[in-house]
Amino acid sequence: MYGFEALTFNIHGGYLEAIVRGHRAGLLTTADYNNLCQCENLDDIKMHLSATKYGSYLQNEPSPLHTTTIVEKCTLKLVDDYKHMLCQATEPMSTFLEYIRYGHMIDNVVLIVTGTLHERDVQELIEKCHPLGMFDSIATLAVAQNMRELYRLVLVDTPLAPYFSECLTSEDLDDMNIEIMRNTLYKAYLEDFYKFCQKLGGATSEIMSDLLAFEADRRAVNITINSIGTELTREDRKKLYSNFGLLYPYGHEELAICEDIDQVRGVMEKYPPYQAIFSKMSYGESQMLDKAFYEEEVRRLCLAFEQQILRSLILTMVVTNWVLQFHYAVFFAYMRLREQEIRNLMWISECVAQNQKSRIHDSVVYMF
Amino acid sequence: MSGVALTHASSWGAALVRISPYTFSAIGIAISIGVSVLGAAWGIYITGSSLIGAAIEAPRITSKNLISVIFCEAVAIYGVIVAIILQTKLESVPSSKMYDPESLRAGYAIFASGIIVGFANLVCGLCVGIIGSSCALSDAQNSTLFVKILVIEIFGSALGLFGVIVGIIMSAQATWPTK
Repeated sequence: MYGFEALTFNIHGGYLEAIVRGHRAGLLTTADYNNLCQCENLDDIKMHLSATKYGSYLQNEPSPLHTTTIVEKCTLKLVDDYKHMLCQATEPMSTFLEYIRYGHMIDNVVLIVTGTLHERDVQELIEKCHPLGMFDSIATLAVAQNMRELYRLVLVDTPLAPYFSECLTSEDLDDMNIEIMRNTLYKAYLEDFYKFCQKLGGATSEIMSDLLAFEADRRAVNITINSIGTELTREDRKKLYSNFGLLYPYGHEELAICEDIDQVRGVMEKYPPYQAIFSKMSYGESQMLDKAFYEEEVRRLCLAFEQQILRSLILTMVVTNWVLQFHYAVFFAYMRLREQEIRNLMWISECVAQNQKSRIHDSVVYMF
Repeated sequence: MSGVALTHASSWGAALVRISPYTFSAIGIAISIGVSVLGAAWGIYITGSSLIGAAIEAPRITSKNLISVIFCEAVAIYGVIVAIILQTKLESVPSSKMYDPESLRAGYAIFASGIIVGFANLVCGLCVGIIGSSCALSDAQNSTLFVKILVIEIFGSALGLFGVIVGIIMSAQATWPTK
């Protein structure tokens, strides 16, 4: 029954929820970011990070540091946290946590296939893969020539198998097809995740619907903007949009026929939550769109931890606020916030290493 | 046997009044202790699991937050006390008077007292447990919040006390007919 999760959630999830809330307190704050932005070189960054939770991961690194090392070690912390939570979790939380990995698996698959296409060495590519998205036999991906083989040789044994039903063609893999494959897989993954969260019910489904809908809409906008001017037809573009979210279905109809950014802006401004994002950018500036989307995402993820959820004109507003402790969306939100933090750290490290400190604030999304 | 049937011989009312008042009393005592302990245990595990997880990152919260567990435990103690009081009210009556109205009234009073205390303590234990869990999590993030949330918990635990008071008043009514 919705509203009574507090009675039984703690049997299986109480300990892990408390742990993830403890981790959230360890995310970097604006003050930390300000300190990091003042650093002169990577050793300073390492010193500042040693006072945070990343300390134990970075302390054994020899100088001179590289930015990739910093990012790698911070990702390692994320992976350790995740694995600790996963091994303690029971159903259905363990399935929920597994779903968080599938996005990374898709990214890794596409990374290896693209890399093979451009004749890179498989070992080198595997080192670049995100550790959360690793699975056995990932190296075999390099052998496949087209999507059917990709599926038959490797992916049929992975959790990504059900997402492939729309992608199975015998066409050879080239850049365009790979991008289409990535987006089709991601679409199937998001829809599957959404259905799973709906099945869980309660506060989890509410908050996750909001977060996943935002993700779906954001991907729709990115797909539209990136495919302006390419050979992707309108029909194909429409097939890549997910079947849920604020923009479904009418926004998708309109986005499918957009031919430039101002038309996209015109479409998005009809939706109040996204109007705010687009109004921050002046005409013609599409680079800031990414950052604006990240900021909006971070804002929603932080709200998942706290007491307000944005609900638009719904009658049952009453019950939502107090159940925001006992649900799974905190895990999703934590993983995403950490990933954003790692992106921030990578940007800061790169700016510091290349002496471009004036550009640091272009792309850092502050969380707290 | 010479018990007096109060109503029609074959109606439900007649069936009800033919159940021995001792049955009702015994069930009342069982509910008073059993359901109170259920409430206390429920509250303790809700609080305890959050407390343990939160204490990993913030070890300072452990000693203060044991208060939540103590409030939940108090609920079980109320149940035990009332059960002991109720069982002293249980007296023997001669079988000629077993189904007298006075007898039935005493049986029902003990039964009601048991239910009152049991269920009041059940929800009180749940309430304190859930608040205690949130208290532990917020204390881990911001230690000024602890005392404020404790006030909420104190109001919550008053619910169990209300149940005990009314239960004891009810049980004072349990006067069995004298010989």
